[in-house]
Amino acid sequence: MLEVNVARRTPAVAPMKAASHVRVEPIGPEGRLSFRAKESALAGQSEVAGFRVDGAMNSRTVSGDRAALRLGPDEWLFTCPAADLEEVAEAISTTMDNRAFSLVDVSHRDVSFLVEGEHADFVINAGAPIDLSLRSFPVGAATRTILAKSDIVLTRLAEDSFKVTCWRSFATYVHGFLVEAAKDFA
Amino acid sequence: MLLIRCPYCGERPEVEFHCGGEAHIARPETPTETSDADWAGFLYYRTNPRGVHAERWVHNHGCGRWFNALRDTVSDRFVTTYEMGTPRPEAGSDVTRA
Repeated sequence: MLEVNVARRTPAVAPMKAASHVRVEPIGPEGRLSFRAKESALAGQSEVAGFRVDGAMNSRTVSGDRAALRLGPDEWLFTCPAADLEEVAEAISTTMDNRAFSLVDVSHRDVSFLVEGEHADFVINAGAPIDLSLRSFPVGAATRTILAKSDIVLTRLAEDSFKVTCWRSFATYVHGFLVEAAKDFA
Repeated sequence: MLLIRCPYCGERPEVEFHCGGEAHIARPETPTETSDADWAGFLYYRTNPRGVHAERWVHNHGCGRWFNALRDTVSDRFVTTYEMGTPRPEAGSDVTRA
């Protein structure tokens, strides 16, 4: 029996104004599912309920309004519109029937920010030592990494557009850090 | 900055990793049949070499995977990294041993 988390929570952060041409904005509610399955359990499948699971390590594969972020050899973060979450969770558990996998709704655990504008990569690099050149972190790359003292999931949506996802309890810290860092590019 | 090559993610900054001590230490199959001295050896005695050392590392702020690495304890240079469960590769030392 699938247990569905029906908790609804208030936004973790209020929008902050940064006098900068790099915009740092909280993204509204989103469905997020942590999915884990070994290669043997996937049995060569390229998708699970509309989420591509054949993407390269540390990449984001989009199909329609669903995106699969491959964070580890056997770990994905699935994102979908918040309203579709229960239906998506059901579909995944039906598809993976009788095979070993783990699916956890982490929608309310995380808060996402959009960091956008010229020098957005410099703003991220103010706290993350990862190489953000287009050669090593191209558009469509997604990985778990560190931003200052917080663990984040970083996705490159476009050359100058990043999505930063962190735990809810770190959200005010991460938000403040990014807004502060963006001030250098006023 | 020191870069460590994760076998799954490629070269990443050192702060994303954590060291888990010496690698290739097998736990005795049946601890009850192991002598106290051998058990103490398994628990506490490590080689602590000057030169190339096989270590366990975890990419905990990345893919979350454990892997093994050969690191030179003198120069702090990573000679190579390899997946858990694979045998220790042959590799020479950076330093000329006295």
